[in-house]
Amino acid sequence: MSFINYSSREINCKIVYYGPGLCGKTTNLQYIYNKTNPDAKGKMISLATETERTLFFDFLPLSLGEIRGFKTRFHLYTVPGQVFYDASRKLILKGVDGVVFVADSQIERFEANIESLENLKDNLKEQGYDLAKLPFVIQYNKTDLPNASPREELEEELNPNGVISFDACAVTGEGVFDTLKAVAKLVLTELKKGG
Amino acid sequence: MQNQMVMFEEEQRQIDAICEGLHRDANAQAILCIDKNGQSIASAGEVASLDITSLSSLTAGNVAATGGIASLLAEKEFAGQFHEGEKTNVHISIVSSRIILVVLFDERSSLGLVRLRVKRATAALNKVLESLLAKADDSSTSAVLAEITDDDIDNLFND
Repeated sequence: MSFINYSSREINCKIVYYGPGLCGKTTNLQYIYNKTNPDAKGKMISLATETERTLFFDFLPLSLGEIRGFKTRFHLYTVPGQVFYDASRKLILKGVDGVVFVADSQIERFEANIESLENLKDNLKEQGYDLAKLPFVIQYNKTDLPNASPREELEEELNPNGVISFDACAVTGEGVFDTLKAVAKLVLTELKKGG
Repeated sequence: MQNQMVMFEEEQRQIDAICEGLHRDANAQAILCIDKNGQSIASAGEVASLDITSLSSLTAGNVAATGGIASLLAEKEFAGQFHEGEKTNVHISIVSSRIILVVLFDERSSLGLVRLRVKRATAALNKVLESLLAKADDSSTSAVLAEITDDDIDNLFND
């Protein structure tokens, strides 16, 4: 749920990075945080376990510039990917404006991707959302690894509707900003339609 | 898009005034008014040293988690929370199921006083929220968004 403030002339939106455990959601946010000008970002918060697994969420506030005199602010969240944190994932999806599904391209994680995507659809449905109607992009992370599944197989299984998708290596940053820009654009376009 | 939250100048002024009044009346350090999704709406008091964006997001996460616990226990919601620190205490309450009101206070105040003043501020905020929701339903107010062109959006990312 975006928040339009006509008084301070701000548009605030929420983007959630979703995906199976260890797919690279937090790494995406860390890369964005490291490569963004200090004046365009706030503090990155990670609620993680001692072993650096996301416990509740990561949070990164970003300013992307002005549109028609309105400052655009995006709040990026990740969900905890591990299966047993489902209750937390549901909470973080509340009020979402756009979703990035980060798939782990490694062949061993093929099933985990499918399971996580189904979980995303179910949890959105519970909140009254339909993934097909939300701004949504897919990122195939870790495509640089030798055990990555072929792109066509991933697309066939995870992207039957043909939403925008990117190959990525979140550790080096490849595809990270392309993904963010694509989802942010879709969110603003949706907002414009809604207005 | 569902239930978009919208704020206008008049209501922003009223909410600012309610927060300032609560800051004064409750002898509080600071007041934060936050959208349930973690966006800051207003603040008052000693806020210069606070990271309001982070506090807003974490408080909303906290309230969401507490709401999750409530529903597991078949409760509608837990309307209030209190965190006791060595120096700073935090009183968190939910207004109209939409807004989170946070009072930070120290030994200059007390939980009893804060609760009393929050009650009054909550009633005032309820009224403002009602008028805000009525205005937001009037679609003519969102004309600015409809004027945004695809080029405007593209230009944002051309750097």
